[in-house]
Amino acid sequence: MSTAVASIPSETPTADNRVGWLSRFFSPNNRYLPPLFITCILLTGQLEFGILESWDRTLLAIATSMAMEIILSRLIVGKWPHLASAYISGISVGILVRSPFIWPYALCAALSILSKYAIRWRGRHLWNPSNFGVSAMLFLYPAAVASLSIQWGNTIWPMVTIWCVGSIIIYRLRRFHICASYVATFLLLSWIRSEVTGNTWLSAVAPLTGPMYQLFVFFMITDPRSTVSGWRSQCLVAALVAVAEMVLRLNGVIDAPYYALFLVGPVANFVDLAIGPRNAPQGARADAHPLASRAK
Amino acid sequence: MSRASKQAVLAAFLIAGLFGPLLYLRAKRRADDERQRAAMDRYGMSLEEVAEASGIHMVHSIPVLDPKLQNIAPMIASMGASVSIVDYDNDGWNDIYVTNSSPGSKNHLYRNLGNGRFEDVAEQLGVADLNKPGTGVCVGAVWADYDNDGYEDLFVYKWGKPELFHNDHGHGFTRVTDKAGLPDWINAGAATWLDYDGDGKLDLFIAGYWPDDVRLESTTTTKVMPNSFEYANNGGRKWLLRNMGDGTFKDVTHEVGLDSTRWTLAVIAADFNNDGMPDLFLANDYGVSQLYINEAGPNGRRFREIGEESGVGHSPKSGMNASVGDVLNSGALSIYVSNISEDGVLVQGNNLWVPQGPGSLKYTNLASAMGVELGGWSFGAQFGDLNNDGFLDLFLVNGYVSGKPEGNYWYDFSEITGGNSSIISDAKNWPAMKGRSLAGYQKKRVWLNGGDGRFFDVSQALGVTETYDGRAVALADLENNGSLDVIVANQGGPLMLYRNHVKPGRNWIEFELKGRASNRSAIGAQVRVKWNGQEQLQEVVAASGYAAENERRLHFGLGEARSIDKVTIRWPSGRVQTLESPQIDAMNHIEEPQ
Repeated sequence: MSTAVASIPSETPTADNRVGWLSRFFSPNNRYLPPLFITCILLTGQLEFGILESWDRTLLAIATSMAMEIILSRLIVGKWPHLASAYISGISVGILVRSPFIWPYALCAALSILSKYAIRWRGRHLWNPSNFGVSAMLFLYPAAVASLSIQWGNTIWPMVTIWCVGSIIIYRLRRFHICASYVATFLLLSWIRSEVTGNTWLSAVAPLTGPMYQLFVFFMITDPRSTVSGWRSQCLVAALVAVAEMVLRLNGVIDAPYYALFLVGPVANFVDLAIGPRNAPQGARADAHPLASRAK
Repeated sequence: MSRASKQAVLAAFLIAGLFGPLLYLRAKRRADDERQRAAMDRYGMSLEEVAEASGIHMVHSIPVLDPKLQNIAPMIASMGASVSIVDYDNDGWNDIYVTNSSPGSKNHLYRNLGNGRFEDVAEQLGVADLNKPGTGVCVGAVWADYDNDGYEDLFVYKWGKPELFHNDHGHGFTRVTDKAGLPDWINAGAATWLDYDGDGKLDLFIAGYWPDDVRLESTTTTKVMPNSFEYANNGGRKWLLRNMGDGTFKDVTHEVGLDSTRWTLAVIAADFNNDGMPDLFLANDYGVSQLYINEAGPNGRRFREIGEESGVGHSPKSGMNASVGDVLNSGALSIYVSNISEDGVLVQGNNLWVPQGPGSLKYTNLASAMGVELGGWSFGAQFGDLNNDGFLDLFLVNGYVSGKPEGNYWYDFSEITGGNSSIISDAKNWPAMKGRSLAGYQKKRVWLNGGDGRFFDVSQALGVTETYDGRAVALADLENNGSLDVIVANQGGPLMLYRNHVKPGRNWIEFELKGRASNRSAIGAQVRVKWNGQEQLQEVVAASGYAAENERRLHFGLGEARSIDKVTIRWPSGRVQTLESPQIDAMNHIEEPQ
């Protein structure tokens, strides 16, 4: 998750001086909005439920992520980076990674940011950074790392809160269609899964009702820097992620959503870059996606 | 450097970041193995499984549930194997009591014949037939001399009707449940004896697990599961029953402030703040642990819950064990809580709560730092100096449900447990287990304390290789030879008895305390042994671990030291007794001074 909105660049407030500060604050161009929202979610979750292993581990993930962003941006791009993206990647790692050890938080954050700079094609990274980091940690270090699962409790209010907050953010960022496509496909495939396994439909749908899963739906699969261009293509890719997830789930893969995005995301981006409008110069892609032209 | 070169360098860093730790961890594991071998040489001991050879032939049978819960019956019926140690006839040899759990199955009281063999006398003495249909199933037992007549009495807690038996001077037991006024039904997860008000009479604490209105044998609803897997508070109520001294008990739970309805699986009563009064630590499944401090109030004693401010009740996990030990020889009791750790699924890690100092109520989890964090789906654990080197070791049992070797239930478990409470609290929504394992076939851990703040698992080297679903473990010197033997109760599996052979030259001392002004069992007494520049604190407790009770006597390993500087006993009555030169390599029988 995380870089979802972080990669949306700032727009100078002078763009429309007649718009009030409130509108500007809730504008999709306010790149401090997503970090603020995810911080609110983190604080609410921690103060109400104690979701984090500890404050210091999450802070370590954030600090590592931001430090890596600064170092790599200076080294590779030669510029001082805006740290909103790295902040959200760090906070994502802090929330999603569950480990009794300290080192996975630093390593996962570092890998996430490193992947963004190291694995690039035609000037773009292919993986959502925190998805890459979390998936790699889950796959390579299962004895030390698990993903967030039951730590947000099972009550209705966190679910409703994240649905509302997430929907607002995503709608403002004009990416709600991605979430909707994914959720609709997931619900449909849940029914198929329940038919195949003989389990109740409610048990197949259960993950979607957990707050952790909603974070994945709202923030990870919508990352503008690692999603394809075009409204229809984005819906298709979201649906394909759900299909890949179903295949993984039918094979008993516990962290299916992360791995599904890990597998489908870069392939889709690769195809998109190879044949899609992203082949065109950056400026030409503004039509393809209203936010893309402003992406860093 | 060109941009492509930079990217190549970064790719190299990424690969190093991905796989470097793997290589490091592998090298570290090899180094740990070396250190373990060195530890074995240094802390020599061996364990030999001798249950059959000792005349113990007991295989636990699991509870039978209402057919409506059949889809996840192995998971729900996953408790009931317990073990408690008692010298019920005061012949100087520790005996073993174990519970069974299927309808009609019998509990066993193995009398220690003193020659390495045991004889089951439960039926003969009237404490066997406690799983009669309609009365619930046994899940644990805890002994104490509640009437101070010099003989240990038996309390059996159940998912059902609790039972109290008076010990008739070792010749038999009389059921006194009704006379005592015990509750009709408690879906109990744990129980212990403590003298919470210091009147010299032992009171009884019972912790509910399942909600009070649930009847698992014959239920009208399938909504019996917790409403959350980390924040559940719809478990059973707690009971503190005050010993009135006339064979009856009075429910004082609410007036002393014990209002928890969490899903308690283990309790230990010990004096954590050094004020001379027993406090209560509850290890709760599906939630945070709770620490109740026993304080004086305007209308008598009160318990105040300080779990969060003390640090032990902040992060919710799946508490299944509560045992205490002075792991650093610092004169302070640490608390060990077991949880769930499954690679890549749920890595909660067990907790070793170490106080900041003697009497301090601020705790830090040092399980990772001390190497006792990852066990599996852990249940019972006990501290004891297994190799008599002067440092407390740790024996931990693991494993939840061992079913078919192929496939497991982890995927389905993780799929549903993240769901909304309305889904997970109803058993009918849960995918059927179909005989599959859930954290099955897990190994026990025998963690030896290196004395340097680290523990090393030597279970495989010592021959503790069985993978039954471990529940309760108890430590006791069954041969009166100064070494702690290990008794393990496995769910749906055989009772295991590990005879401990300690390397010659390791000295020890044991104390058997008898209270006078204090309760006769001396529960709550603290003993501090100072020797060779170090000090170790132990406390006489009733329940310890999960569904277990160790021997009543206290055992201290002394390493190669041949003398003791000082022994200080603080009796529950508040009297302090000093022993200047107690005999080592011997059992010391100490009676509370008048």
